Amino acid sequence: MNAAGTAWIGGIVRSFGSDRTRLMDIVTAVQHQFGYVSDEAVQSLATDLGIHPVEIEEMVSFYAFFDRQERGRNRIRLSNTPISVMKGARDVARAFEEALGIRLGETTADGAFTLQWTSDIGLADQEPAALVNGIPLAALTPEDAPLILAALRQAGDPSALPAYPPSAADAARLPNAPIRSSLVQAGPLLGGSPDKAAGLRAALALTPEAVIDEITASKLRGRGGAGFPTGLKWRLTRKATGVEHYIACNADEGEPGTFKDRLLLSEFPDLVFDGMSVAGYALGARTGLLYLRGEYAYMWDDLQRVLRERRSLGLLGTGIGGKAGFDFDIRIQLGAGAYICGEESSLLESLEGKRGSPRDRPPFPTERGYLGQPTAIDNVETLVCATRIMEKGAAWFASFGTKESTGTKLMCVSGDCERPGIYETPFGITINELLDLVGAPDAQYVQFSGPSGQAVAPKDFGRRIAYEDLSTGGSTMIFGPNRDVLDIALQFSAFFVDESCGWCPPCRVGTTLLKQGMEKIVAGRATLADLASTEALANTVLRMSRCGLGQTAPNPILTTMRSFPEIYESRLASADFEPLVPLQDALRAAVQVQGRDPVKDGA
Amino acid sequence: MVAESFSFTIDGIVVQARPGQSVLQACDEAGIYIPRLCHHPDLAPSGACRVCTCRINGRNSAACVTPAAPGMVIENDTPLLTADRRAVIEMLFVEGNHPCPYCVASGDCELQALGYRLGMVAPVQPYQWPGRPIDATHPDIALDHDRCILCARCIEASRMQDGKSVFGFAGRGIAMRLNVDAAGGLGDTQMAAIDKAASVCPVACIVIKRGSYRIPNGERRFDKAPIGSDIEARRARPTP
Repeated sequence: MNAAGTAWIGGIVRSFGSDRTRLMDIVTAVQHQFGYVSDEAVQSLATDLGIHPVEIEEMVSFYAFFDRQERGRNRIRLSNTPISVMKGARDVARAFEEALGIRLGETTADGAFTLQWTSDIGLADQEPAALVNGIPLAALTPEDAPLILAALRQAGDPSALPAYPPSAADAARLPNAPIRSSLVQAGPLLGGSPDKAAGLRAALALTPEAVIDEITASKLRGRGGAGFPTGLKWRLTRKATGVEHYIACNADEGEPGTFKDRLLLSEFPDLVFDGMSVAGYALGARTGLLYLRGEYAYMWDDLQRVLRERRSLGLLGTGIGGKAGFDFDIRIQLGAGAYICGEESSLLESLEGKRGSPRDRPPFPTERGYLGQPTAIDNVETLVCATRIMEKGAAWFASFGTKESTGTKLMCVSGDCERPGIYETPFGITINELLDLVGAPDAQYVQFSGPSGQAVAPKDFGRRIAYEDLSTGGSTMIFGPNRDVLDIALQFSAFFVDESCGWCPPCRVGTTLLKQGMEKIVAGRATLADLASTEALANTVLRMSRCGLGQTAPNPILTTMRSFPEIYESRLASADFEPLVPLQDALRAAVQVQGRDPVKDGA
Repeated sequence: MVAESFSFTIDGIVVQARPGQSVLQACDEAGIYIPRLCHHPDLAPSGACRVCTCRINGRNSAACVTPAAPGMVIENDTPLLTADRRAVIEMLFVEGNHPCPYCVASGDCELQALGYRLGMVAPVQPYQWPGRPIDATHPDIALDHDRCILCARCIEASRMQDGKSVFGFAGRGIAMRLNVDAAGGLGDTQMAAIDKAASVCPVACIVIKRGSYRIPNGERRFDKAPIGSDIEARRARPTP
């Protein structure tokens, strides 16, 4: 890097007030200015921020969207999930490989393209999908690959890096963009034409305490799946002592098969920001933070435009709604490719410019969250519910759903069904009813609430979608007959290997061992003893891991074992013992060197 | 002002604790050993290894980072917890390369000692053979990454006690590694053999050169008594 580069980095660091907690933004800028974060850049950042290079490296090397090595100017990231694979993602990948003359994970010799897999990008209803320079492309076919590459070759200056976050104009140049709306069925939450600030206006007519009372009375619970009562969370945060209070909106929607936050942020952003403002008022917060997953960077311009609009309307800023002392604004923090950052304490770490490793609790974020201050972290959908509760009242909200699960849920449906997309349904409907709604008469099983949720077999399709029975973040992946349950469980196991943060051994090592165990099972080489050993290991990982990621990573294996024991049994090897690696595979390299086959026993 | 002490029970034994103590600290004082690996008495707990996981009020939590609270009901020495802890130790054995018979730390290694204490025989999980290079760039300290168990002790010690930040992590998941604060290796950092960070490694990842066999095999800490015996010796034995 030359002197101009060093000076540019200095300028970026200063533009963020030389504040180490803004390292996510600073490194994102460096990544997209130079295409990667070089050794010199790490050194330069460390010098400018007055910290050690090892601390920069620690953070940069954690995120999938930051590179320490130079890669292609154009980045093609293909969504790799069981859904994308069954919709043909591997054929699309092959078409790209052939057109570029490289394999997945590689960069073309001219430095123009890098092709790689990436975890779910929030387009499960329109797979196969990809992010190309951050722009989402959906419903891809192998025939699209050369067209996309041609468009990229034509676009702009071949020596310059694509702009990031990508603009609508950049997207317009590519085929298969834009993506279609995912909303199939709206309900009370998303129906009607939403007002920009109906929630906030209603809230400002009340005291902050009364706002919290209203949310509590509605019995609203967290929509990420854990179901913590929102009113209680807000009350705890408001009551906790701190110099500042914060509301953080968790838009790190990384659970495979989930895409409701993408819908809410792209089509109903005012409902989200209105909910954050309501929370800001209720908590006594001056700052709201929207943690937007890196995969959704393409929404950046639009979301910033909406924020500017809200500022110009006096909905953000000082003395909002004529209330002296109610000053509130919202900052968007862009993530950089890490599923773990959807875990609330990892999200806080990432917001503070660090690796997204979870924190131990207590203290809980309501006591000590962002920058050590009381912070309420709420799901995007939860905040939209809060907006509507303010607008229409707790009683209205509680009139939908069940006793313990009030309101509606945005169900993200994908896989083997006629009408994938988002369905707003009242809590309490059965899986069967949902399957009828989406057109999936012959579902073999449903992966409910994502890979961290559970595999539900037809015998359980009568169960209800509610906190009292089957709790969910919304992801609903449907698998029809002829799908290989075990191979799907293996793919989900591989997902957790990629996304484990590495902090604790049960998850760091355990997820890898589970994937290896599952590979042996899928290959039909596992014995009964292997099955028992994999199950025991899965339970240890579940019991011993530090955070929700490790505690749920064994679920794809454990819940398919529970729901489909006969499929596991049918795949068992009859031998008493099978080595993990077959002898021929272990000897392959030696055989090649020697140019002869080993002498077989008894030959 | 002396803060009010309170009590909780662990495996049915009543333990006195003071506000601010972790479950692990209070139990240590009372002479009750909770197996642990990444914890070091001189360093802030990181909750990294999860070996000290106990069943606390019905939930699994790491004792080193759980504040002691009045009336807690804790399970520690149960067959299930022992099996889970053993499985975690085994994971660390197969993740790195740990050839005890010819390792310089044998008999003084906390990983090995926990393997013995928790009844590990031979790992049933497959070895991962990571193939991490040795960093021999420092004149006085060898850094054998093959042995590293990513406990974070050296990182914490270097940052908080030595004020140097010689160590950090790099990468994530199974690819996570210990990293040093110089592209040229440990020899190009501020590290010195007298640093706290050089003496806290529980295994033979950070080894001070030329002193490894001052105490011969057979006469080392855990050759004489199992790990945790020092803590258990504090517990007043009921007179017969």
